[in-house]
Amino acid sequence: MSTTIWIILAAAVATYLTRIGGHLVMSRFERIHPRVEAGLNAVPAAVLTTLVAPEMLHAGPAEWLAIAVAALVALRGGLMAMFLAGAVVLIVARQFMG
Amino acid sequence: MSSSTIAERPRTASDFWEGARLSVPVMVASGPFAVLFGALAVDNGFSVFEAFLMSAAVFGGASQMVGIELFGQHVAPWLIVLSIFAVNFRHVLYSAAIGRHLAHWPLIQQAIAYFILTDPQYAIAERKVESGRKVSFSFYMGAALPVYLSWTALSGLGAFFGRMIPDTQALGVDFLLPIYFLGLVMGFRKRPLWLPVVAASAVASIVAYKFVGSPWHVSIGALAGVLFAAFMPIRPSTRHEP
Repeated sequence: MSTTIWIILAAAVATYLTRIGGHLVMSRFERIHPRVEAGLNAVPAAVLTTLVAPEMLHAGPAEWLAIAVAALVALRGGLMAMFLAGAVVLIVARQFMG
Repeated sequence: MSSSTIAERPRTASDFWEGARLSVPVMVASGPFAVLFGALAVDNGFSVFEAFLMSAAVFGGASQMVGIELFGQHVAPWLIVLSIFAVNFRHVLYSAAIGRHLAHWPLIQQAIAYFILTDPQYAIAERKVESGRKVSFSFYMGAALPVYLSWTALSGLGAFFGRMIPDTQALGVDFLLPIYFLGLVMGFRKRPLWLPVVAASAVASIVAYKFVGSPWHVSIGALAGVLFAAFMPIRPSTRHEP
């Protein structure tokens, strides 16, 4: 099998562990330590931020504008609205800003 | 639906359809991202089958996007898997929270249920619990199965037609993922310490990107945000159930 298939299968196992693991492991404890919980709460925002921030370094004005508009729309609208707004601004801005 | 038609049918069927109704908005919202995932996966070097398989086996939109992004950057396989694990780690909290409400099911049904425990699925199940009624297996599957089928099918379609897009750069496809990830980051903004965590991770990942290099900026940046949150003074008001 190709490396890609192995990556997918390993990712599937890892993902399943996160989905069943909370029930299997954490339900055995009466309480989760507050610091652990605070850390866990921060996990998604912390991970996902690292996929956006460095991209800004080698982006241009068109990308910065798209990100800024998307962030503003996200304050009011849902994920789909902000995504579409960002995509439209990106495509239009690239026509003019290169 | 009148009460007489409900009474005539087996309870499991009406439970299933009650769940299926709740799955419609989730399908509508996730559908475009399934197509996008398929197209981007092919753009990053996946085959159509591999894109379909990943959707069927992992079934976690954000983590799949992260996976193909890193795959396209030729990141080491173990690190791709670790990153997917990191993005999906939040499910541990869902699992811990909803587990006691599913514990009365047969084990095989519980095993299946955890496989499809996504963010919206958790929200639907948790709302059912709050309404004071039991979460049945057929209700749970009614909410989950249509989403699972549409997600995998649309991923395959997106991958199939994605191959036909000649110049993805012109359409801005190369920068759609950062926008999408920003949307996910913004979605967590009600969490305690969100802004300082995002700031810590952003600064740490940029510094790590400059001085350590890709792909380590992901782990280092994430660790900075998580450790920051863990070592901040704990205020009782910020504690909440997931």
